[in-house]
Amino acid sequence: MEISAKNKIIQDLLPQKFGKPGKIWVSVLLLFCAVGMYAYYRQLTKGLVVTGLRDYVSWGIYISNFVFFVAISLVGSLITAVLRLSDVHWSTPLTRIAEIIAVSAITFASLIIIVDMGRPERFYNLFIHGRLQSPIMWDVIVITTYFFVSILLLYFPLLPDLAILIKLKGKTTTWLDRIYHFLGSFWKNTTEQINISNKAVNILSITIIPVAFAIHTVTSWLFATTYRPGWDSTNFGAYFISGAFLVGAGGVIVAMYVFRKSYKLEKYITDSHFDKMGKVLVLLALLYLYFNVNEFLVPAFKMKKSEEEHLLGLFTGEFSVLFWFAITTAMIIPIIILLFKGGRKPLPAFIAGVLVVIGSWFKRYLIVTPTLLHPFLPMRDVPANYRHYFPSWEEWAIAMGSLAGAMLVITFFARIFPIIPIQETITETEELAHEKV
Amino acid sequence: MSLDNSSRRDFIAAGILGSIAVAGCSSPFDPAANEVVKPSGEMVKLLSVDGEIIEVDKAFLKPVPELSAMTNQAERMGIPGRKFVMVIDLSRCKNLKKCQASCNHAHQIHPDQNWIKLHPVQESEKTAPYWQPTTCMHCDEPPCVKVCPVDATFKRQDGIVLIDSDRCIGCRFCMAACPYSTRVFNWEELDLPKAIAEKPYSCETSMPQKVGTVGKCDFCPDMVRKGELPHCVSACPNGVFFFGDSNEDSVTNGAETFRFSELLRDKAGYRLMEDLGTKPSVYYLPPVNRNFAFEGEDQGDVKH
Repeated sequence: MEISAKNKIIQDLLPQKFGKPGKIWVSVLLLFCAVGMYAYYRQLTKGLVVTGLRDYVSWGIYISNFVFFVAISLVGSLITAVLRLSDVHWSTPLTRIAEIIAVSAITFASLIIIVDMGRPERFYNLFIHGRLQSPIMWDVIVITTYFFVSILLLYFPLLPDLAILIKLKGKTTTWLDRIYHFLGSFWKNTTEQINISNKAVNILSITIIPVAFAIHTVTSWLFATTYRPGWDSTNFGAYFISGAFLVGAGGVIVAMYVFRKSYKLEKYITDSHFDKMGKVLVLLALLYLYFNVNEFLVPAFKMKKSEEEHLLGLFTGEFSVLFWFAITTAMIIPIIILLFKGGRKPLPAFIAGVLVVIGSWFKRYLIVTPTLLHPFLPMRDVPANYRHYFPSWEEWAIAMGSLAGAMLVITFFARIFPIIPIQETITETEELAHEKV
Repeated sequence: MSLDNSSRRDFIAAGILGSIAVAGCSSPFDPAANEVVKPSGEMVKLLSVDGEIIEVDKAFLKPVPELSAMTNQAERMGIPGRKFVMVIDLSRCKNLKKCQASCNHAHQIHPDQNWIKLHPVQESEKTAPYWQPTTCMHCDEPPCVKVCPVDATFKRQDGIVLIDSDRCIGCRFCMAACPYSTRVFNWEELDLPKAIAEKPYSCETSMPQKVGTVGKCDFCPDMVRKGELPHCVSACPNGVFFFGDSNEDSVTNGAETFRFSELLRDKAGYRLMEDLGTKPSVYYLPPVNRNFAFEGEDQGDVKH
């Protein structure tokens, strides 16, 4: 390949300074984080009494937010591992986007679960008194594993790009240079290094698939291992996994669109990428819909007494508006949009992705809360505010702050590192050129 | 009935602690132990650990810091050879809530919360409503203990399920797991009298309740060790609650004592949600030949 073409790719994909919209975006996110941190400070000093949680509804939007984060993080394994191992090449420019979403989401999943704890300062008890029999311990183990495997899957493919960035020294500011040197100065692009790296990425790609399945299956078991109507379901693992891939793929489409617009990456994230990701999203939405039908239709057919109150609350009662909103926005409308070729153009696909993400967030809320409002023994001998749940402003602030924090991590990552792998893009362009010859 | 002879041991323990405190400078419990004390000249005669009479200056005497007589390990073990059970006779319950009030007072729990709840129950439209008090079921297959990540809630060899509030991380998985919704959470710091708030936490008294941790009915093992009945049992004027030991095969409400197995057999005792396999230690006697008509300020709450 000609040097000029190569340089063009490098120039196109270098991380860029924030423009005006970038600065506004970062400021807004920082503001959300600051409000969230203030709310958490209040919670730390006053206790969980600042939340809307009480004895019957003892898990609320912190936990549903946790489930949401774990879910969206699964996309890292889908794009990097599943597509890589099945020898799909079109997804190469999307791998880093998917992987940083995974890393940032799983980080905030861990943080939000600490926020939910009544005694966060006793977190170390999990290590000194940990009981392996508890599904929470399984979650701690698999989430930690997933975090490290994801970090490595982000880091190894970054090394050749770091070498390119270091070579361009002088064109970037010093603090960035220091980061690049610290992370990648040992990388000399030798054949031996490349072989080791490729091998490592292959091993990690194979490892991450069962770990990814484990994180979300175990998360579903936090609910499914209890007796409660709405949670006591053998469908839960598959139901959670399929929903997780759906929201993750939706998140990737949203990120693709935003990065393409703001970094002018039309040549690298093409219409064809949206078309293909759109098809993936339809497939995943249909799959999730299938598990939803299983999850609700089968118990509704029987209408066991203990399930009845819960199911009717979702279908026609207190939660029906939210329930049908979540089903339509997370699945039905995106399926309709994306089934048409025109719907898989960047803008409509982006809208479908946004709908999937929003619908999925509320879907997690519906998985956690309504069940708790229908205990086996009816609610009794408690004040009126124990019988309902609506998140307090502190809970909203913390939940929104954590979402903003996750987006901030992704934003800063794209500011520091190339969000589309430079070296891999060059290699693939070269291979393509070879094939043509 | 006499459940234990622990009072003698308690007395001895207190005596030993007392003499340690008398030694003054050697007390391991007092951070200020090494400070220099001026003798007042006033001497006090005391009995030493070896049984000798010694004279000590009054200035060296210090109040004994209140310590739980039991170690955490002993509290987690339970009382050997016992298997505590409760029988609740639904035909006697009038919804007086004396059980609840005495429990709340004895454990100093949050005013919004109750460890004992009184449910108005009506199985179906045509069946008679009745009052059903619920405590912790102290299940033999406790779902809460199964899910606890840090062994903060545990099952003892005497069948009692307790909480170690010094260890609980407040994840509330146990609350989600309990099908009887028996557990409550301390959402905020409790407004406790200083004397109680400053005590070290004991799993057996479940006091003082701590912010950010879970609480629930504990079957009052501290009362049992004293040879007394749990607070709810002695507070109920109608003798609804029977407490006892299934190894001894006897239960009592203070006034009447029955053979546990015979009572269950003769009155067709049962347990709640038997189908879940949790094997509760609390049995119910069906509300037949009732002493009182079903009435109450809030019977509108009846669920079919």
